[in-house]
Amino acid sequence: MASMEITQNINQSSAQNISTRLRRQTRIGENLIQGFLFLCGMISIFTTIGIVFELGKESLLFFSTPEVKLIEFFTTTTWQPSIGKFGVLPLVNSTLMTTIFAMLIALPLGLAAAIYLSEYASHKARSILKPILEILAGIPTVVYGYFALTFMTPLLRGIFGEDNVQIYNTLSAGLVMGIMILPLVSSMSEDALSAVPRSLRDAAYGLGATRLETAIKIVLPAALSGIIAAFIIGISRAIGETMIVAVAAGSGPAFTFNPFKGAETMTGYIARISGGDLAYDTPDYNSIFAIGLLLFGITLILNIVSRRLVAKYREVYE
Amino acid sequence: MTTQTNENNIIIQANDLSIYYGSFRAVKNVNLGIQRNKITAIIGPSGCGKSTVLRAFNRMNDFVQSAHNDGKILFHGQDIYAPEVDPVQVRQMIGMVFQKPNPFPKSIYENIAWGARINGYKGNMDELVENTLQAAALWDEVKDNLKKSALALSGGQQQRLCIARALAVKPEIILMDEPCSALDPIATLKIEDLMRELSVKYSIIIVTHNMQQAARASDLTAFFTMDEDRAGLMVEYGETSQIFTRPKDKRTEDYITGRFG
Amino acid sequence: MISDPFAATEHNRVASGLSRRHRTGKIWQAIFFSATVIGLVALVALLWTVLDKSFSYVAIEYKVDPATLSSKPLQELTNAELVNLLEANLSKNRFRTLDRKQTLTERTHADLLTLIYDNIVEPRALASYSMSQWIASSQEIRAEVAEKYPDAKLEFRAWINGDFLIDPLSGDPLLVGVRTALMGSLFLILITIAVAFPVGVGSAIYLEEYADKNKWYNRIIQTNIDNLAGVPSIVYGILGLAIFVRTLAPLTSGALFGNADANGRTILSAGLTMALLILPVLIINSQEAIRAVPNSLRQASYGLGATKWQTIWNHVLPQALPGILTGTILAVSRAIGETAPLIIVGAATFITSDPTGPFSKFTALPIQIYNWTTRPQEVYRNIAAAGILVLLISLLTLNAAAILLRNRFSRQHA
Repeated sequence: MASMEITQNINQSSAQNISTRLRRQTRIGENLIQGFLFLCGMISIFTTIGIVFELGKESLLFFSTPEVKLIEFFTTTTWQPSIGKFGVLPLVNSTLMTTIFAMLIALPLGLAAAIYLSEYASHKARSILKPILEILAGIPTVVYGYFALTFMTPLLRGIFGEDNVQIYNTLSAGLVMGIMILPLVSSMSEDALSAVPRSLRDAAYGLGATRLETAIKIVLPAALSGIIAAFIIGISRAIGETMIVAVAAGSGPAFTFNPFKGAETMTGYIARISGGDLAYDTPDYNSIFAIGLLLFGITLILNIVSRRLVAKYREVYE
Repeated sequence: MTTQTNENNIIIQANDLSIYYGSFRAVKNVNLGIQRNKITAIIGPSGCGKSTVLRAFNRMNDFVQSAHNDGKILFHGQDIYAPEVDPVQVRQMIGMVFQKPNPFPKSIYENIAWGARINGYKGNMDELVENTLQAAALWDEVKDNLKKSALALSGGQQQRLCIARALAVKPEIILMDEPCSALDPIATLKIEDLMRELSVKYSIIIVTHNMQQAARASDLTAFFTMDEDRAGLMVEYGETSQIFTRPKDKRTEDYITGRFG
Repeated sequence: MISDPFAATEHNRVASGLSRRHRTGKIWQAIFFSATVIGLVALVALLWTVLDKSFSYVAIEYKVDPATLSSKPLQELTNAELVNLLEANLSKNRFRTLDRKQTLTERTHADLLTLIYDNIVEPRALASYSMSQWIASSQEIRAEVAEKYPDAKLEFRAWINGDFLIDPLSGDPLLVGVRTALMGSLFLILITIAVAFPVGVGSAIYLEEYADKNKWYNRIIQTNIDNLAGVPSIVYGILGLAIFVRTLAPLTSGALFGNADANGRTILSAGLTMALLILPVLIINSQEAIRAVPNSLRQASYGLGATKWQTIWNHVLPQALPGILTGTILAVSRAIGETAPLIIVGAATFITSDPTGPFSKFTALPIQIYNWTTRPQEVYRNIAAAGILVLLISLLTLNAAAILLRNRFSRQHA
């Protein structure tokens, strides 16, 4: 026994004080930091609560003004607050039109680009083409607005005639919006295509399928949920996009299906109204919250659906 | 207990230890007393829970969110899983060396100094770095390059640096989780020699895949295997020479003679 | 087998089908490739439009032709001669007013020149023709200008130039500069970073290092952040208007700090709104960077008896920092180009003084681009183009920095 103790390491503790040494220490700093970090995480929750609360509160005020009737808001086709007409349909209609034009560009081109990049492109082609799409994605939307007004609109007027195409029109804004959204759709779709395992492609090639047949009949269906997710996100982006439509789609609500005519969208309306002298607690002020709430609701639902779909293909392949 | 051990010579002791991941029981009813200043090897087929048991000894399993234990681990008679025990303090006294060398992406000097510093070491840091590097048999190879990144060292050197780093915190026990599995035979041999030297001052528990290593380098060996329900359990524990020459259990014999695993 | 007529036709059928399939494949490959290249075409068209409009021939009409003012070019005159010119060409009252504002003899040469231009020469831009228009039809343009604006001179003008960068905003298109807007954007971004960076990285650390993913509230935080990343920026603008501009007006206007006659439409409100806007993206990027730190590093640290925070601060964060910074730069460059939320929280479209602090009224570069773009006169398109060039070059610089950082990071770990 005695000899044992002598050979023991000098810093070995005796059994009596071991429980003291191991006793839990209060680390106030550690707890404070953890609390602070948790608060940081909570700020995003507060943001959401803030959005829902403020949009909801002001929307309630809006709908409680005597001129505004909930049913008329959703069913009538004149938006003219100055004469007490609050029908949101003209704004929704032009939002839908610009969105559809944007998607006519972004969906086919985005998907085709994704197929090219994922299934055909050599390493070198990818390394040139992908950064170009990334640059396109990084250009501020106000610049796209400028592009729509100074390039796309004159181009459309040149093709269809200056008499037919107004300076402000939903088509020009929509098409440029499509170019803006194209990189988003292509990169999300490409992610979905790349997530399809190689073995599936090899199986198709092994059966004598050509590259096109493999891409279209095997890879594309396997990546479908991810591609649909990309489409939905693209739609959500188009609906929420403001600057392009504020610059190029026209200011002034108009209920028209003519793509060559100007018509203000929901976002364009919010931007125009709040850009002027906006007095608190007027129907104008409250109306941007009501339209904002509508916008928030639509995009939120689209985003949630899209994320569900992405989660689905990740679950399958990753 | 299959060996005749002096109760006072036990430094850490697992009592009826079971470890769960969620509802899955990974290890069941382990009773294992580790002797002071000895090298104890834990061997057994993959998946038998040897690493899990090793990590239980310094509460590294705390980081696996679903992991929890039954039974006790007594360190000098104190249950290290008792609510009043601080896992950080446990890890200061029971150091660990990992399967893959994992030096910090800092200088060699900083790798050693950092652990000592956060544990409140106030003495001469240069001296401590030199002493621990010498103890880890690395000093001669790196003494001129202490400011160099630890990542520039070879795998074997990195692992000895990790051992030196653990020593600088002045632990009583060093846990080694297959420390040589990523190393070549020469580097492996150096680590084994080093373990022998270290066992004069420290108690070492090593998990190894390699039976020759256990036979060469350890004083005591615990053999683990898997039950039908896939839970790991300890089959036999004793002097290494006895385990490898006269195993008492049929399963041990099958394993060491290569009929299993 | 081959001689068997049936087999031969079968063989031909397969062969011709195969070549048809290959042809279809080639056609579609070309289609896919063209779709990808359309991105490039769009980018080129966009840049070309902007560059084309940044340089133009302008029809300028002078009230007094500068050439008739003096025998020498104005730039070569001394300060005293310039003051004399002012005295000679202005009414006594006007001259005295200017002198009272700041003694004329103490003013700089550039200042005096500006005064002469503003008060005597008074150039007015009547029409503007972009480079491409000029090259395509310079003769017609000359004829048109001669007919419509007989007193005007056609001058080449590079709208993006040194003066454009350092001059403040102005109501005169020929004197306008972006300094006020650039300073506004700079202040705005500094506030945005100061708020969003610590909070964003803090959230990311919490979610990656502390949060137990099995707890419902942590899952809600994560889902919420992912959803917020998709909320349109204009909605953040509305939130900023309601919370920062209106509800917190005493704070954001500086009224609490003795700043009288102020409202909440300040650079601080805008910066906070922008911070909320980029937070989700910043958090998600930082989370990825933190997740990429190998677990072995954390284990090594814990194994030495380090606490959680010691491990994070000394090992996880230094390792994740390049990734976090890259992600931050990308998020910030999004904020620099954002326009819609600034419109909503009330950026001023016309303001000539640089911001002086968080409670200043302000404008920002994208706001000015928007403002110029929507003006009917053609010259403002030129100014907008020059503004866009400044914006794009700033963004390009930032992104290049991010790429350099990322490359250095990946080399370090190769």
